[in-house]
Amino acid sequence: MSELNTQLSDAEKINLAGTKAKGQRPYFLADKQTEQALSVAMTLAMELSVTKERLASLECLLVDKGVIAKGEIDNYQPSKEEVAKRSLDTQAYLARVLRIMQQDKEELEANDPDMQSVQDELTKS
Amino acid sequence: MSNSNALPSWDVLTKHDVFPVANHDELARLNFLTHLNVHLSSQILPGVKTAYETQVKPEIMAETGKDPSSRHQVRQHMLNNGYFQMWSALRRNTMEMRHQAARAQVLGQIENIVDKVDKACHNDANLQLDDNVVVPPNVAMVDIHCQPGCYYQEYFENDVTVAASYDLGLFVTTAGLLGALSDGGGQGIANWLKTQHPDFKPKRILDIGCTVGHNALPLAEHFPDAQVIAVDVARPSLRYAHARAKSLGLTNIQFVQANAEDLRQYEDGSFDLITTSMFLHELSHQSMPKILKNINRLLADGGLNLHLEQPQYAGMDVYQQFIRDWDTYFNNEPYWGPMHELELKQVFADCGFDPQDMFDVGVVSKVDEKIFGKPKSEGEDYGRSPVWNALGLWKGQNAKISEKVA
Repeated sequence: MSELNTQLSDAEKINLAGTKAKGQRPYFLADKQTEQALSVAMTLAMELSVTKERLASLECLLVDKGVIAKGEIDNYQPSKEEVAKRSLDTQAYLARVLRIMQQDKEELEANDPDMQSVQDELTKS
Repeated sequence: MSNSNALPSWDVLTKHDVFPVANHDELARLNFLTHLNVHLSSQILPGVKTAYETQVKPEIMAETGKDPSSRHQVRQHMLNNGYFQMWSALRRNTMEMRHQAARAQVLGQIENIVDKVDKACHNDANLQLDDNVVVPPNVAMVDIHCQPGCYYQEYFENDVTVAASYDLGLFVTTAGLLGALSDGGGQGIANWLKTQHPDFKPKRILDIGCTVGHNALPLAEHFPDAQVIAVDVARPSLRYAHARAKSLGLTNIQFVQANAEDLRQYEDGSFDLITTSMFLHELSHQSMPKILKNINRLLADGGLNLHLEQPQYAGMDVYQQFIRDWDTYFNNEPYWGPMHELELKQVFADCGFDPQDMFDVGVVSKVDEKIFGKPKSEGEDYGRSPVWNALGLWKGQNAKISEKVA
């Protein structure tokens, strides 16, 4: 690496990479926050794609180095215990991803009090 | 499995000395974003037209009793259409992701790149910088095509982040159709001259608004005996362009920091070829006549002036105008629409050119088809496709020459 001092810290570089283009940003969806959530989802989709590609590279390297045979992962037969573990892992994963819907359902059923009512109750003299 | 639909990887791009390198995940990001752009234009964009025809157009007709009359009317109605909203949100966001990905990649190695650029620029007469050049309002008011820092911002002394980011990201936005050096436009011009005007041997060539020089280099390469002057207002772009050209072995091109509204350092009639590539749409009603008058003054009798652009709106149906106009409002290209509705021949005539000298001709990106495939007309990503309309003129020739697509 060169000795050049860019006067930019690592944190500044991270911030600069994502800096906004000058000019008012248009929002298209009826709700700005929905569009922001879409933006987050698309970035996660990209990062998932990057991860899949990294795994594919890893698999190629393992084959090249003779650690595994080509197609060994595609033909891999997990044991009964492994299948059961993966099923639970998948259920837990989906529950994490869709936690907001689970909690919304619970709230529909629970008739929870709002914070102001609770505070009013707690501050009654 | 057939490979015919596989897109080229960003990795096939020619790696000149100052080109940013990509590690595994950076490359995967650029390729993902390239695929996302293609998916949006080939799979999702056609639905925008369906939404227009089945929902929005009938709505406008019910409201007004008439066919939609302007791209602005179509846009106002489309902005309330859910499908258009979602496609637009995705397209805008993809552009922002591409800039972040490219900038993060460049900033991660900026010390190395700047070091190489500094060495290439040291005491070299082929780079002429001028601190008195002010970035004009048409470039400064917003960051054009949502590129943070536009072409000219420097984040530290001698920084070239914006230029390197632009160079590496052109592939992503155009899905690779500009070729290994993202120079399909310049190659298109060179190829057109080679096949249609093999006897034309310009001695001095001026390329205006050259940015990183990608479309000027094919001219320097194609006319090795010519001296090419490439001008731009953006200091980091010129420094990067110079280092880029030098590393590609081209020494007959000089990069000059200048505003094309003021080229008084060059004599009347001192150039026999003057080009711009995707430049006119980044000007303004104030700057364009000044630049055209300069071109008229600088162009030698019998010389060629050629402007590569996307086609003008005149004669297109309102939907096509509307969709081509998306970048005007939603991708920080505020002069795109106003420029594309100008009667350009009249504008040129008002600047002293003889309308009899002028012609239009199609120019197609010239790239290695073995790597990049043939330009497709289907699934065109309007405004970003590598098929241009060149507006040209042979000064004082009264369009004696009938022009053909190369």
